[in-house]
Amino acid sequence: MKMAKGVLVICEQRDGAVRKVSYEAVSEGRRQADGLNTDLTALVLGSGVVEMGADLEKYGPDKILVADDPNLANYSTDSYLSVCTHAIKNQDPMIIITGASSQGKDLSARLAARLDAGLAMDCVAIILENNQLTYIRPMFGGKVLAEVNITGTPHIVAIRSNVMAITESPRTCEIDQLDVQIDVPKTKVIDQKLESGEKVELTEADVIVSGGRGTGGNYDSIEELAALLNGAVGASRSAVDEGWRPHSDQVGQTGKVVSPNLYVACGISGAIQHLAGMSTSKNIVAINKDPEAPIFSKADYGVVNDLFEILPEIIKEVKKIKE
Amino acid sequence: MDVVVLVKQVPDTESLILIEEDGVSIKTDDIKWVMNPYDELAVEAALQIREARGGTVTILSLGPEKTVETIRTALAMGADKGIHIFDPATNGSDALSKGKILAAALKTRPFNLIIAGMRAVDEDNYQVGSAVAEYLDIPQITQVTKVVVEDQTIKCHRAIEGGTVVIEAALPVLFTAQRGLNEPRYASLPGIMKAKKKPIDTLSLAELGIDPETVGRAGRKVKVASLKFPPERNTVKMIKGESPGEMAAELVKVLHEDVKVI
Repeated sequence: MKMAKGVLVICEQRDGAVRKVSYEAVSEGRRQADGLNTDLTALVLGSGVVEMGADLEKYGPDKILVADDPNLANYSTDSYLSVCTHAIKNQDPMIIITGASSQGKDLSARLAARLDAGLAMDCVAIILENNQLTYIRPMFGGKVLAEVNITGTPHIVAIRSNVMAITESPRTCEIDQLDVQIDVPKTKVIDQKLESGEKVELTEADVIVSGGRGTGGNYDSIEELAALLNGAVGASRSAVDEGWRPHSDQVGQTGKVVSPNLYVACGISGAIQHLAGMSTSKNIVAINKDPEAPIFSKADYGVVNDLFEILPEIIKEVKKIKE
Repeated sequence: MDVVVLVKQVPDTESLILIEEDGVSIKTDDIKWVMNPYDELAVEAALQIREARGGTVTILSLGPEKTVETIRTALAMGADKGIHIFDPATNGSDALSKGKILAAALKTRPFNLIIAGMRAVDEDNYQVGSAVAEYLDIPQITQVTKVVVEDQTIKCHRAIEGGTVVIEAALPVLFTAQRGLNEPRYASLPGIMKAKKKPIDTLSLAELGIDPETVGRAGRKVKVASLKFPPERNTVKMIKGESPGEMAAELVKVLHEDVKVI
């Protein structure tokens, strides 16, 4: 039997732009392909995406496969799955990496069932040791980290956004266009509502300024600081339950799990279910009136102060730097 | 409209999770077990669909004996009947095995719609719903925040990064519930009383025609080698100052000059 080999990264694009998590996936794919002494293939699906191959080139794939078809303009589980399955059969990769975005979760979960393959969802690190691949993934909303091994091939790995480093590793690579044949998908996209391009998505943000019960529903300063730092606004579950912020802003075990460079928690006490959603942030600042608030035990920097007093001062200071 | 809801019993999200001495499982002694919060949304959606269109709501759950409590909770919310797949051979099954077992129970039963939580807050796999849909060869729509059911079709709003897509499909369909879909009702006292008399069927793997060797711990494709706590952070550095202005200046200086994040 032929041994499965090679790393295949399934890239995600929207409106002609490769998603950030896909650059992370290709970069990680390059690192693992080097470790395994094998080739890296990147697969891009969409409509009018032939040019996008060039965007991926500098992150080091040996080969780029492009599935370009008007029927792939919008993501549909069926169509994307059928193209991916076909490419996977031809490539016979040992590892398939994709981003654990909304689309990546939908696709990878179904792909795992179709291929009867093990899936490490929301993986935060891939470790190659003695030819054994170990995947680290949070469970219980990040309260524990599981080291998992996958039996059989391919291994499917959906990587969490904002965790793995984007590294340039340019090389000349071959770009192949796939012959796409897809049936009419069983699901049809009938509408798409996207927020303005200026809004930074929570799971991809480098900076998150988050507010909890202590805001009393007033997010003016939080929004101002987030905008100033080109970041996103987050919220605790209680703030969402109060109706102060939409569900899509919720950070926590029953919301989004985020890993920004900087997480500023304002007026958030630090319930265990909130901590689960933000504890992998690289730097955490906690601002709270109550010096006993549990959030301080998970923070790198703490400020005991009223958020309404200190945030305007922080905004002033940041503006000074920006000038 | 016959709706089946896939439900899982999980540790309450406020539970402190501790690792067992074996290093691969968690301590379960002090855990409060509840319905997976995303499954509450799924049950609520099913009840609202039944209220609007008639039909039945069946709760399907795989798990140990105490899973019955969670099925009863769903029945107390208003579901009609429960199916409990209870077989020690299923212990330790991974997402694919769970999908196969649940799909096997659904293959012999009529349904128009299956609803599941988009993920269970214990293993965070986001996987079982899709696996069930695959094994039943029906479309999946995951991470749904709004649903409109018509006679033959379903329209779902699916949450994506920075927006929503509206997806339409012909029934039968499996969709998974995301926060924002609805506000789950609490079980009322009369609801709790009624639930005691509602039927719960118990099924074993043999009754589902599944070979126990293919599922459970031995059948896992994804094996947990170890569980660890995330690395502890260094002790918090408190920012001092005589006034909010001073503290703000110090904080921004540290973040800009030392940590270089702004």
